[in-house]
Amino acid sequence: MSALLTVEHLSKHFTLSGGWFGPERRLDALTDISLTVEAGETLAIVGESGCGKTTLGRCIIKAQPANEGRVVYHPKSGGEVELSALSKREIKPWRQDIRMIFQDPMSSLNPNMRVFDIVAEPLRIHRICKGKELEERVISTLEKVGIPAEAVGRYPHAFSGGQRQRIGIARALVLDPKLVIADEAVSALDVSIQAQVLNLLEDLKAEFGLTYIFISHDLGVVNYIADRVAVMYLGHMVENAPTEMLFERPRHPYTELLLEALPIADPLRRKGRKKEVLGEIPYLGNRPVGCPFHPRCKYAEDKCRSEKPALRPIEGTAQQAACHFAEKLHLKGAYEDAPEAVLHEA
Amino acid sequence: MAVETMTRTTAIAEVPVRRARRESQLGLMWRRFKRHRLALVSLWVVLAFYLVALLAEFLAPADPSAYSARYTYAPPQGIQLFSTGEDGSWRFFPHVNGYATEIDQKAMRRTFVIDPEVEIPVQFFVPSDPYLLAGVIPMSVKFIGVTEARAPFYVLGADRLGRDLLSRLIHGTRISLSIGLAGVTLSLFFGIIIGGFAGYYGGWFDSAVMRVVEFIRSMPTIPLWLGLAAALPKDWTALQTYFAITVILSLIGWTELARVVRGRFLSLRTEDFVTAAQLDGASDWRIITRHMVPSFMSHIIAAATLAIPGMILAETALSFLGLGLQAPIVSWGTLLQDAQNIRTLATAPWLLTPGICVVVIILSMNFFGDGLRDAADPHGR
Repeated sequence: MSALLTVEHLSKHFTLSGGWFGPERRLDALTDISLTVEAGETLAIVGESGCGKTTLGRCIIKAQPANEGRVVYHPKSGGEVELSALSKREIKPWRQDIRMIFQDPMSSLNPNMRVFDIVAEPLRIHRICKGKELEERVISTLEKVGIPAEAVGRYPHAFSGGQRQRIGIARALVLDPKLVIADEAVSALDVSIQAQVLNLLEDLKAEFGLTYIFISHDLGVVNYIADRVAVMYLGHMVENAPTEMLFERPRHPYTELLLEALPIADPLRRKGRKKEVLGEIPYLGNRPVGCPFHPRCKYAEDKCRSEKPALRPIEGTAQQAACHFAEKLHLKGAYEDAPEAVLHEA
Repeated sequence: MAVETMTRTTAIAEVPVRRARRESQLGLMWRRFKRHRLALVSLWVVLAFYLVALLAEFLAPADPSAYSARYTYAPPQGIQLFSTGEDGSWRFFPHVNGYATEIDQKAMRRTFVIDPEVEIPVQFFVPSDPYLLAGVIPMSVKFIGVTEARAPFYVLGADRLGRDLLSRLIHGTRISLSIGLAGVTLSLFFGIIIGGFAGYYGGWFDSAVMRVVEFIRSMPTIPLWLGLAAALPKDWTALQTYFAITVILSLIGWTELARVVRGRFLSLRTEDFVTAAQLDGASDWRIITRHMVPSFMSHIIAAATLAIPGMILAETALSFLGLGLQAPIVSWGTLLQDAQNIRTLATAPWLLTPGICVVVIILSMNFFGDGLRDAADPHGR
């Protein structure tokens, strides 16, 4: 496998205006993010709300400019394209290769356009085809995502949430992209519809040889669809590991915390679990010194309070974690049951 | 097999694409608008007024500036449909009665009374001197009138110079309504461009524009209009004054519309479907014209409709105070100038009819605009 997209030391901050006379404040949304997306894989980006995962997706696709760092795209034809350095005009051809699926299917489709025009819009903008050819391509794409041809003349409000998300997927896929960034693509849907859409995404990936960056807060969904998971906390990447390994044995205490919060269907196994997650995610403008996670970390030591750990490969595994004690700690994975002792007590 | 499927798909697709056009946004809006009875009635009233304005020359029985010293302050003649013969029999004979003059001995003033003896026949489509309808179509027939030459025909009475008030009112409708439309069109033009730029690009331009808008809106309007109108050169032609007044009215009118447009742009700019269009690689122009403007056009139309009555009122007020349009231009405001003193009101109350027209059109416009706004409201969907 080869890298399709690399993100190098990406940082993004927002400036908050303090009004006319107040002082300006700086809010760091992303700090020094580096990651590689291999061609053909599904990389999930997870984290609590406010951790910067959406901002990361938007910076990659350049819906927002990053402040520092590079985003480099490696097209099949060879060479590399530094997306982060391109102007609006220069980036336009690459917009065909990198597409986005939005979270809210209610607001991501223009209510005044018919479904046909919504899906045809990218083709028209890039002047790829017109007339009969355009019509055929739009309709066949819509049929692939499960929207019948009879429905193409309707407006978005005539569709359910799941159907609208399918239309959004068709809009992303109609340009025959290489990389699709799905920003919470199933979060707004019912659980049963989520499964349908996830399966659809899987099928389309196989059919078109797609690569996904799948942004989500739902570890259950991530476990189902992702090959690799990047965990974010307060704008930092704290762990980056193959899905199986991450769920088996997380290397960062924050990942452990997230896995602990996973719902368990079996009430017997649910018994000895901690009821709530320790602490709250701090305000971004007021981040702790040292390791950003230390105020909530039950393993924190003095070193964590003063020195910020960098994301580094953990010896002997394919995992990367930003924790001083990644090797020493034996953190609990998702498959580990509650301790035997608890079961006996019950 | 594959080919067959393909052709069938496109054949199915073509029909619904066309059929679905009917439930476009405007269609939905019209359906919701129709449920609003008062607004629907108001729409017809407004349309009737504009029809009168359009066909002014045809509908007005007389030339609005034709005066007659014999009939100054002649009271309204009612149109009678039947005539009573000497033997008490009735026959269908639309007519107006002539006037007889009496001298009021106390006031030493000539007053008119209706003379039932004189019957002047009234007809539809009477021949008249040739004229140009709306300035283009040559015609020589009037909608209604008297056939006898030099016979008086004052359905709504006459003014100080013996001019027919109905004809003047009809011609005034054209000026007053068109100045409202022109003013709003001009306001809309500036409002959309300035408000659109401010809302779409934001930043310092937005702040600057909004401060200017707040500044303009904080000024008392009547003195400002008076000042500007008084600064117009006296030797300008009627047409020049007309346009100057339009510009003066829109000078304030654009601020409200700019605010509305900016607000819509601001809220739409962060919508996902606009981001989606940006990520499609669409140009700013395409995003604005294809994705943003259609989603708030209905709101703009409603806001503009609600702005027209303000314009009409402003023009009326200015002209009434003698600083707007000047004679010989006939507008509702200049007509009401004649009704400024108590003596006129006491002896010729019919000169107030332009005021009734103002009230009716303003109310209708407001109801119509309210109905439009409700129909355009996405929350009602």
